[in-house]
Amino acid sequence: MNDLLRISGLTVRLPLDGEMRTVLSDVSLSIAAGEAVGLVGESGSGKSMTARSIVRLLPPGALVEGTIRYRGNDVPSLRGQRLRDLRSSVSMVFQDPRAHINPVRTVGDFLTEALRVNQRVARREAEGRAVRVLDEVGVADGPRRLRQYPHELSGGLLQRVMIAAALLTEPHLLLADEPTTALDVTTQAEVMAILDELRRERGLAMLFITHDLELAAAVCDRTAVMYAGRVMEIRASALLHDHALHPYTAALAAARPSLERRAERLVTTPGRPLSAFEAPDGCPFSTRCPHVRQRCHDERPDLRPLDGGQVACVRAEELAVSHD
Amino acid sequence: MTAITALLGSSRPNRWGPLGTTAAIVILAAVALSVLGPALSSADPNASDFASAYAAPGAGHPLGYDGQGRDLLARLLTGSRTSLLGPLWVVALSMAAGTIIAIAAAWVGGWLDSVVSAALDVVFAFPGVLLAMLVAAVFGPGLSAAVLALSVAYVPYIARLLRSAALAERRKAYVQALEVQGLGAVAICLRHLVPNLIPLIAAQATLFFGYAMVDLAIVSYFGLGVQPPDADWGVMVAGGQSGVLQGYPAESLLAGGCIVVLVVAFNVLGERLSDGSGQGGTFGPSRWWRPRRGGAA
Ligand SMILES: Nc1ncnc2c1ncn2[C@@H]1O[C@H](COP(=O)(O)OP(=O)(O)OP(=O)(O)O)[C@@H](O)[C@H]1O
Ligand code: SF4
Ligand SMILES: [Mg+2]
Repeated sequence: MNDLLRISGLTVRLPLDGEMRTVLSDVSLSIAAGEAVGLVGESGSGKSMTARSIVRLLPPGALVEGTIRYRGNDVPSLRGQRLRDLRSSVSMVFQDPRAHINPVRTVGDFLTEALRVNQRVARREAEGRAVRVLDEVGVADGPRRLRQYPHELSGGLLQRVMIAAALLTEPHLLLADEPTTALDVTTQAEVMAILDELRRERGLAMLFITHDLELAAAVCDRTAVMYAGRVMEIRASALLHDHALHPYTAALAAARPSLERRAERLVTTPGRPLSAFEAPDGCPFSTRCPHVRQRCHDERPDLRPLDGGQVACVRAEELAVSHD
Repeated sequence: MTAITALLGSSRPNRWGPLGTTAAIVILAAVALSVLGPALSSADPNASDFASAYAAPGAGHPLGYDGQGRDLLARLLTGSRTSLLGPLWVVALSMAAGTIIAIAAAWVGGWLDSVVSAALDVVFAFPGVLLAMLVAAVFGPGLSAAVLALSVAYVPYIARLLRSAALAERRKAYVQALEVQGLGAVAICLRHLVPNLIPLIAAQATLFFGYAMVDLAIVSYFGLGVQPPDADWGVMVAGGQSGVLQGYPAESLLAGGCIVVLVVAFNVLGERLSDGSGQGGTFGPSRWWRPRRGGAA
């Protein structure tokens, strides 16, 4: 296949309180050029770590196993200029724009720095491009914004600036880590619409991280569901909500009240989400799964193809049959 | 101005207070006097006229004469240049070296950090004045030897504080965002880390200016720094001692007074700056005029 990004068997261990803890276990995921892939899961399931692995932004002392290939390059072995090239070609939009922009530099410095330093674009030219991209992300009055400091801008505006910065280097892949979670609801919708539209216009591939299955379905072609550092299911986003193959996906879908399905159908999954290093042998979801059987404890279910997608549940077939 | 507001935190008002402002004015005045020096006194600081030894102030000689019949005002003014330039060099050298070491250690981390920390501990063991005297004893007395030795002795104090601040800065999310933008380590350090540490660097430089002034004066007092007949406040304190015994304390008192006033001013200003730099407490060698404060950053 002609994948832009291919992650296979990715396992990441991080040092925490003197011991190495597994935060990602055997994650496999691929993104084709121009494709949008969602990454959904509860807090601590390893979504951010997966994205950070792609641009080698893991905490110091991290141990990485498995392969990450970006346009054929082996990411974990990149050094120096080749690593900087990868990072120029993969942009990241973070959840909290205020923390991710140097507070004592102007918006203009932030937007043009990568262009000026890495691509040797003249300041005036870089600022011209920045104003054009700001306009595209819905920030009018670009020249004035360039001279402002981050604390003078609202969260929604700052997130647009962050998106503009991510687009300015003309990347091929966008990593968006909960880009709208920190914003209020109306701003969320606006920012999301802009992100989606600009991505499609430019044919950019995107890894979109969110807690929200329906939001992922709205903007992504395929969605991967993560639990305890593992991928539980990957399928066409449109199918995930109503035709989930994995009990965890079904629980996520049910936990979100939607218009047509009323409160009586709102089933919350009992128990708290586990991190990868806490997960039991066998299926990591077995401590909370309503369909658990002895088999689930005996072997760890691998991700396997089923029904046009992939699922990691030993009972997927029987459960899917009983759904219909 | 907005840059400064952002740097200092927009909500934090300027807390220099009257004492801090006074200190800043004293320092500016001293710098102005030393620059204007010769223009303010027509007398030659090195011309001695034994007939006027210890003579009282008179027309054209507002502070009188020293034991060798040299004009005291002229000597104080000329002496202010060495007395300010010496510490300036010490601060410039030790700050530059300390900043580079601190940022390299904080950025690279791992083995480099361990090696740097161990090396700093070794230098820590040497009090600056002793090191300077040792160097003077081995390589011969003089201002440059003392300046170099003191610079080396100060580096660990500066590097330690800046290293922990640089480490905290390096872990901030905006630095990671810059890395993801494909910016190299050198570009991030030069364009972001160093500028954001400037308030702290300025505060430390001011404090250490005061230390260097006293330490250099001590070295000169013992005859291992600036060599007579060149004018220097430390040299003048020493040279005026015989006058003190004969009932003419003016030279020692004036030169010593200049040192004390300026050192206090630099300390006050340094404290104010470091309070405003976002780093709790300051970090430096304890001195008799300023016991070490608890809770160094
Ligand atoms: N710096 C770190 N050192 C050690 N462990 C970490 C570190 N950062 C995160 N972890 C752990 O890694 C696991 C995965 O975290 P990650 O941030 O990828 O979760 P997430 O799915 O993005 O969650 P959220 O929705 O809250 O952002 C968690 O168990 C977390 O505790
Ligand atoms: S493998 Fe068993 S425990 Fe795990 S999700 Fe499937 S049914 Fe539930
Ligand atoms: Mg996260």
